[in-house]
Amino acid sequence: MTIQAINHARYIRRRVVSAFMTVLCSVAAVIGLIFLGLILWTLVEKGAAGLSPNLFTHSMKTPGQGGGLGNAIVGSLIQVGMGTLLGAPLGMAVGVYLAEVGREGRFASVVRFVNDILLSAPSVLVGLFVYQIVVVPMGGFSAIAGSIALALLAMPVIARTTEDIMKLVPEAYREGSKALGARDSTTVLKVTLPAAFGGILTGVLLAVARISGETAPLIFTSLGSFNWSENLTSAMASLPIAIYRYASSPYEEWVDLAWSGALIITLGVLVLNIASRISHFLVSGRQ
Amino acid sequence: MTTAPLEGSRRFHLGENLFRAVLFVAAVVVLVTMGAILIILFESGHVAFQKFGVAFIWLNQWDPVRDLYGAAPAIVGTLATSFLALVLAWPIGFGIAYVLTEICPRPLRGPVGVAVELLAAVPSIVYGMWGFFVLAPVMSTTVQPWLTEKLAFLPPVGEFYWFSGAPVGVGLFTASVVLAIMILPFIAAASRDVLQTTPQLLKEGGYAMGATRWEVLTGVVIPAVRGSLFGAVFLGLGRALGETMAVTFVIGNANRLPDSFYAPTASIASIVANEFPDADQGSLKLASLFALGFILFVVSFFVLALARLLLRQGRMA
Repeated sequence: MTIQAINHARYIRRRVVSAFMTVLCSVAAVIGLIFLGLILWTLVEKGAAGLSPNLFTHSMKTPGQGGGLGNAIVGSLIQVGMGTLLGAPLGMAVGVYLAEVGREGRFASVVRFVNDILLSAPSVLVGLFVYQIVVVPMGGFSAIAGSIALALLAMPVIARTTEDIMKLVPEAYREGSKALGARDSTTVLKVTLPAAFGGILTGVLLAVARISGETAPLIFTSLGSFNWSENLTSAMASLPIAIYRYASSPYEEWVDLAWSGALIITLGVLVLNIASRISHFLVSGRQ
Repeated sequence: MTTAPLEGSRRFHLGENLFRAVLFVAAVVVLVTMGAILIILFESGHVAFQKFGVAFIWLNQWDPVRDLYGAAPAIVGTLATSFLALVLAWPIGFGIAYVLTEICPRPLRGPVGVAVELLAAVPSIVYGMWGFFVLAPVMSTTVQPWLTEKLAFLPPVGEFYWFSGAPVGVGLFTASVVLAIMILPFIAAASRDVLQTTPQLLKEGGYAMGATRWEVLTGVVIPAVRGSLFGAVFLGLGRALGETMAVTFVIGNANRLPDSFYAPTASIASIVANEFPDADQGSLKLASLFALGFILFVVSFFVLALARLLLRQGRMA
């Protein structure tokens, strides 16, 4: 056998290995995507049937009474809304601090690191924490406690995206502002923050999407309820908790409602995500 | 005259100081939150540590009637489901990432990538419901009996009988599969971001040497971004460890050590979510739940810290 022949055999083998691994990876990818597609399909199949005006206008009732999820949807809107109102300004302030004031300093590095850990810390523990510092002192479960838990989960997400977006603002903007004699506060409030604001709102939308689906922390804070209540100091229903209770119940009617609720919440989260992408695209397209 | 504006700017300025103070306080809130969670969880759980000592961590008991608690079943359940999920999800997640960066036709990369990221946003309770109503029955009737038959030759290790036992559908194995499916999009998206950071020049160098696509991946890309790839995996692990809803639906919620992959067991998060409604204020049980929470927080902290360090290292390189 000549050297060329040996090399040719080796070359063929290397090509075969590469092609085989490529196919293997593709197959793995397709399997993974099929599984994920399957879940969404199940959700639509089982949840779409129950979508009716009743679902939104009627509150939760015992099986057989034609109950809906109205109070849970309103409860979720209230708690997610309050959670965002509390968490967004805080998160933005942290992000601005990291991007504009602390920058690469030691203190800022520690804050950044801790924020990144809070970002993926188990949400169930945030629930336990808020139970101990809000629910126990207040003497009972409340929508306020639920909102605080959601705010603590939204804060690190918003801080992270705010910092990332503000770092994209060209350094020349800051230099120009300072060259005109502006103070740091003026530079941030009049120049860099407005330049980054569209992107920051994108981050807020992502945070809203993230906290709307949170279930575990609400078990320990707002508990859930069957009543139509807008009282912030008492237990309040929420969509994820309603899904959790209904899905683990033995009544078929409740399980169907749980699927419909899961479909609503997933659609909501996906719409928020897509909206944040579109707004991000529009904002970055303008610059 | 010319120095006047300069001096003016150096003088104490209320707005500027207020601005800095507000931002600084916000940054401090981040640190305080982290510290407070750690302290409150420990503080509320220390009665359990006092009663059972450090042994609480490895005591294999959970008996509310006799008021005896230990963390062993929950810790084992948490670690076993998370690692198994990682073993199942990592190869597929990496496959998706590789396909998205190298193989997939360019016009498809964007949409498929976005689809993967959207799937990562689906609330975990949806994965839990799907696992309970769709996957568990299939597990029970088809997958588990089949695996039992094919893997019957595995010799038991101590009290652990691998793939035997009643195929009830909910348990350690099903929980791991649901967790794997849930963290799959996270791992895929994070790994893709890492693979994309490989300098194009390095890859082109590999191809110019005549390397095949696979050789470029294993010989150039992976060595260049190895640390960050591990970071992406640890990020997935961090998610899996603390996941509550996806696990609670399908783990079976039995507070004992599993004697096979099919046995119902519990994780820290699932015990806390499940037992909390029956735990009275001031009871030893509630303290034990907080102690479990403290353990989970410490474990996740280290896993997530490692993930961030690995990812950050990669970003600097």
